[in-house]
Amino acid sequence: MHMADALVSPAVGGTLWAVAGGLIAFCGRKVRRSLRDNLVPLMGVLGAFIFAAQMINFSIPGTGSSGHLGGGLILSVLLGPYAAFLVIASVLTVQALFFADGGLLALGCNIFNLGFFPAFIAYPLLYRTIAKGQYGTPRAWVAATVAAVVGLQLGAFSVVLETTASGISELPFATFVLMMLPIHLAIGVVEGLATAAVVSFVAQARPEALPAAPAPAGAAATLRPVLIGLAIAAVAVGGVASWFAATHPDGLEWAMAKVSGKEELAAPAAGIHQSLASLQAKTALLPDYGFKGAEAESAAAAPAAAEPKAWPAVSAGKSVAGIVGGVMTLALACLAGLALKAHSQRRPSGNN
Amino acid sequence: MSHHLVEVRDLSFAYPDGTEALKGVSFRIGHGGSVALIGGNGAGKSTLLLHLNGYLATMRGEVRIGETIVTRETAALARRAVGVVFQDPDDQLFMPTVAEDVAFGPLNAGLPPAQVETLVAAALERVGMTHLRERPPYRLSAGEKRAVAIATVLAMSPDILVMDEPSSNLDPRARRRLIGLLQSFEHTKIIATHDLELVVEVCREVLVMDAGQIVAQGPTVELLSDEKLMLAHGLERPHSLRHVQPH
Amino acid sequence: MKFADWTGIGRMDEMARLASPVQRLDARGKAVVTLAFIVAVMSFPRHEVSALTPFLLYPIALISLGRIPLWFIVKKTIVAAPFALAIAIFNPIIDRAPLASVGPLVVTGGWVSFASIMFRFVLTVGAALALVACTGMNRLGAAMEQLGIPRAFVVQLLFLYRYLFVISDHAGKMTRSAELRSGGRPLGFRLYGSMIGHLLLRSMARAERVHRAMVARGFDGRIRVLRQTRFQWRDALFICGCLALFAAARVWNLAAGLGQLLAGGAS
Repeated sequence: MHMADALVSPAVGGTLWAVAGGLIAFCGRKVRRSLRDNLVPLMGVLGAFIFAAQMINFSIPGTGSSGHLGGGLILSVLLGPYAAFLVIASVLTVQALFFADGGLLALGCNIFNLGFFPAFIAYPLLYRTIAKGQYGTPRAWVAATVAAVVGLQLGAFSVVLETTASGISELPFATFVLMMLPIHLAIGVVEGLATAAVVSFVAQARPEALPAAPAPAGAAATLRPVLIGLAIAAVAVGGVASWFAATHPDGLEWAMAKVSGKEELAAPAAGIHQSLASLQAKTALLPDYGFKGAEAESAAAAPAAAEPKAWPAVSAGKSVAGIVGGVMTLALACLAGLALKAHSQRRPSGNN
Repeated sequence: MSHHLVEVRDLSFAYPDGTEALKGVSFRIGHGGSVALIGGNGAGKSTLLLHLNGYLATMRGEVRIGETIVTRETAALARRAVGVVFQDPDDQLFMPTVAEDVAFGPLNAGLPPAQVETLVAAALERVGMTHLRERPPYRLSAGEKRAVAIATVLAMSPDILVMDEPSSNLDPRARRRLIGLLQSFEHTKIIATHDLELVVEVCREVLVMDAGQIVAQGPTVELLSDEKLMLAHGLERPHSLRHVQPH
Repeated sequence: MKFADWTGIGRMDEMARLASPVQRLDARGKAVVTLAFIVAVMSFPRHEVSALTPFLLYPIALISLGRIPLWFIVKKTIVAAPFALAIAIFNPIIDRAPLASVGPLVVTGGWVSFASIMFRFVLTVGAALALVACTGMNRLGAAMEQLGIPRAFVVQLLFLYRYLFVISDHAGKMTRSAELRSGGRPLGFRLYGSMIGHLLLRSMARAERVHRAMVARGFDGRIRVLRQTRFQWRDALFICGCLALFAAARVWNLAAGLGQLLAGGAS
């Protein structure tokens, strides 16, 4: 459920970048203060382990399909929430950079969805409460399954919220929720069982590798950062909504308002996006280049690529112009690419 | 003042699970000595090496590097005097590029960047790996990795070089180069290894370990050609010493 | 993800070491410009397609000047496409309002926004992959730190990257031997638990040894690095030029302008 850049608006992406950045800074400070300097290599190597583990599948009995470890929960069990969050964030960063698995703008969303919920909600509130420091017992298996399911459900719900708030997909909120949650229920069960299986193997083979049962005081101490995290999340959600409202004069609704002539539409809450979408579908014409040209004309007298007079043409003409121009631009971009490539290959490769 | 002296007295160590790894180890290596530490797997070689730079705290007995007794407080000092090249270069080369890895030790010692630059260049030059400066370590061959791992330690200008299995995983050519390199070092050397041919070429003295104890200490040729001693401790006489008759 | 994909990472690092004007640019500049690019592309209204086309120039320029094999980027983009595709495909299903007809063909709003999403996907993914391929993880990590991303995170990111290769090698060997015994079927659950558990224990032992090697060279909890990056005139020029270009393409529909010019000339 890694969100791609192509589905995230800058407002949503930016807000969650800020949230994820704040959490990373917070966790970084916490980890530095923990005085366990062996955490530095341990975190890195465990991040690499998660990558490798994700490539190994097991068969899910009776379904013919297979599953693998996601990683958020097991990292929290092994490292505690702060270090685990940093590791998850870096796993997602490498996935985004090298595998285009989730984008750069969407990175904040993905870190939040897949890092915050397992590390700061599912692990401290559910896993630790239920497992009570046990490993490999039925209690621990239940704890892992419940925690993984809830963590992934929250993450999936968050994906839906972010996608809807971005307003790029037409999927109605309710439909999207109904689609995402059942899928992630199944994924959560698989994740929980896989986590429990690995942890109980380690508990048998080398119990000293697992953290000892936490002292009661430790449990209380982890609650505060969770509350802080929740507060940040609340602010973030508010921020997304308000930022969204503030920025849409530049966005889709601005275009809509222009087309439909109804300015009051320009201030929807994030939740009623789908009704706007259907309304827009009724009113919008093919992207109207005309008004953008006019805007450009009035906003800046800078010489555009075309004569300003050519812009306000009839609607059909404009769409044709858009298509022709688009195709031409693509062709030009490709030609430019070829030229640049030829140019760069003519240059002596030199030494760097 | 010389840090080149290594003295271990009655050193014992048990791991948390109760395994007794060292049982009263004592030896002394003088300035410029080159000593091989040999013995079967689990004899306690690696555990002993980890005491020399204070990574493992002494439980009983003492380790002395030059004038300094190694304790938790003096461990930092010991680490500057004793450079350890670990068995798996992938453990040792953890930084993004070769140059950054070689710079890691000197930077931790608090040296100014310009001097670190010089040390890095000199250390890479010394092992003949200057051309790999900007490469990420995972792309190197086993021999290159080993040479760079040695450079990371040389850059710290240690007085004593400690190596754990330096010739493991090397092809014959890389191993030959390594032996040449080791022979050229003036440092006091302590080399734990199963490669007895390497011992014959590089080390003047041998310590034989078995079950956490030093069972023999003496000149290389004399000990290694003692067939009975070798077999008794899970070792064998090197081919190159076949012609040598034990005394 | 398959083991074969791992070789792709190594190849991207090799590409980043090529000598070209793009590779030589400061990593900070490239990172900032690429982010600005993605934000600009994503800030268009959802039915926009033609105004996006000029943006293709940026990834294409990086790829061709940086001598990155185009096919490599295309393959990676296709592999990453399913999620965006799965969500975008609902647009034509839900939004069936006709927007225009081209001859007998009726184009609905949903198909236009679908095309817009997929085109933006290609743009954003292409730019991000091109950035990595012409910069490399190590320089990117250094740039992130210089741009204010917390050091604890960057250090951890670079460690992860370093040990990806080592740990996935272990994992590869383990699965190969398991597959030899099972005849290629996915692992049963019990075997899976013990195999991943083994891998985890080996990884933890590895981390312990790495820590040992770090301590042996004076590690005290802080990573110090020696980095010499020079921010030069050409970097400033690159940033300003690109940002101006993005701004222009964001404000004016350059493609439609070109179309008008051509249509005007023809009639």
